[in-house]
Amino acid sequence: MNWGTFYAVISGVNRHSTGIGRIWLSVIFIFRILVLVVAAESVWGDEKSGFTCNTQQPGCNSVCYDQFFPISHIRLWALQLILVSTPALLVAMHVAHRRHIDKKILKRSGRTSPKELERVKNQKFQITGALWWTYMISIIFRIIFEVAFLYIFYLIYPDFKMVRLVKCDSYPCPNTVDCFVSRPTEKTIFTVFMLAVSGVCVLLNLAEVVYLISRACKRYFGVSEDESKVAWISQKLSTYRQNEINQLIADHSLKSKFTVTKKSPTERGERCSAF
Amino acid sequence: MSWPALYTQLVGANRHSTSLGKIWLSVLFIFRVMVLVVAAESVWGDEQSDFVCNTLQPGCENVCYDQFFPVSHIRLWCLQLVFVSTPTLLVAMYVAYRNHKDKKRLMQSSGRAGFLSNKGQEEEVEALKKRRLPIAGALWWTYACSLLFRLLFEGGFMYALYVVYDGFQMPRLVQCDQWPCPNLVDCFISRPTEKTIFTVFMATASSICMVLNMAELAYLVAKAVTRALCGQRERRASRDRTQSKTNQRSLVST
Repeated sequence: MNWGTFYAVISGVNRHSTGIGRIWLSVIFIFRILVLVVAAESVWGDEKSGFTCNTQQPGCNSVCYDQFFPISHIRLWALQLILVSTPALLVAMHVAHRRHIDKKILKRSGRTSPKELERVKNQKFQITGALWWTYMISIIFRIIFEVAFLYIFYLIYPDFKMVRLVKCDSYPCPNTVDCFVSRPTEKTIFTVFMLAVSGVCVLLNLAEVVYLISRACKRYFGVSEDESKVAWISQKLSTYRQNEINQLIADHSLKSKFTVTKKSPTERGERCSAF
Repeated sequence: MSWPALYTQLVGANRHSTSLGKIWLSVLFIFRVMVLVVAAESVWGDEQSDFVCNTLQPGCENVCYDQFFPVSHIRLWCLQLVFVSTPTLLVAMYVAYRNHKDKKRLMQSSGRAGFLSNKGQEEEVEALKKRRLPIAGALWWTYACSLLFRLLFEGGFMYALYVVYDGFQMPRLVQCDQWPCPNLVDCFISRPTEKTIFTVFMATASSICMVLNMAELAYLVAKAVTRALCGQRERRASRDRTQSKTNQRSLVST
């Protein structure tokens, strides 16, 4: 399991994301994971071997490194990226559950042709109802993890700037020794970059929350209950055959409701033109 | 996630590029990413361990290295390649958005105008996914913006490299007097000539990419201008035709 496999797992969720969710996913993979793997890891590669203390006392180097770097930036970022990406799997699980239910319905109605099963597998769900709540919860978890890691980062390394020199007097160092950190400027540049992109991701997540809430409000206040039922039914109906449509019409007596709803003239014109 | 994954993403987005765009992508991945990964990274691999200063003072080498190499060439090039590749994804996002809109329209029109057979609808959706959009209208603007961003990032990073390292040549020796170095010490850089050769190579490849981007931008502008002129000429011709028809009708009626 490596970043490549992780990428394959997470990008499968992309189909059911909003536009902002897809942008967030691209930012995560290109500006954080890719930069971490191709650039940042080599900057921190020699962080322990390049950490030099002005003493010949054995053990002093190790102890001082451990005191000032309880957890390396690279490991913190890797954990942050893993935890921040995984709430998307909540959505994937919900979608898988829905597909399982649909497959069960198909089996019960006796239509188990491979084509129908393929269609159920590739069906794209609207972000409404229970899926909306799952999606919303996953975004909130993302924001919580992102902010929590930023706070942990701030607790361990209060200054985003990497110092060149640290003074250490832990045993077995004989007195207060000067220890020099390797590549502090380069590390500062990458720390600032990664923090900035992390901030951008938090903003994208907040924007997505606002977008989802506004969409839900529009749906709730803008469309009447009957029209929403018609929209839901016409979505379901497009996947059934004609005899089942007739049966459903008979059951729900919706013949009168299959009228053209109010649409703008341009849209009607578009429908009339040859596609 | 690594260079091959980025390559897969960009190749997918490349379908809607012009021929110059496709050449640019090949130059980017063959002459820059591949050279970076297989050659340049090993040249700069021992940059800190082999940075030797003429002193035994602990910490002096670390501090002098940090003073003369605030950002390594390799990291600058990695960031440059990542930033330069991403505007292409703007185009891919716009194409995905257009396909989504058209698919919605298709579903709605088939849903209301009587239920098409599922096979027919699926075929239409597949055709929608496989089609290649002409670079006109909003796509033209998105593509032009992505080219401008590419040029900006390329130029910006080249300028940053030039400013940070005072040119493209790597010196053999630098003199450093930062604390804790006891006095002015000589510090020796490892493989300076090889580093100079690769720096010049990468700068040349970067310039070629900039030239390709500028040529592509000029081509797009020329295409848009010719399309506008042709459109104007056609409109004028059709206006003249309708005018002559009405004149004939009025003559006949009189």
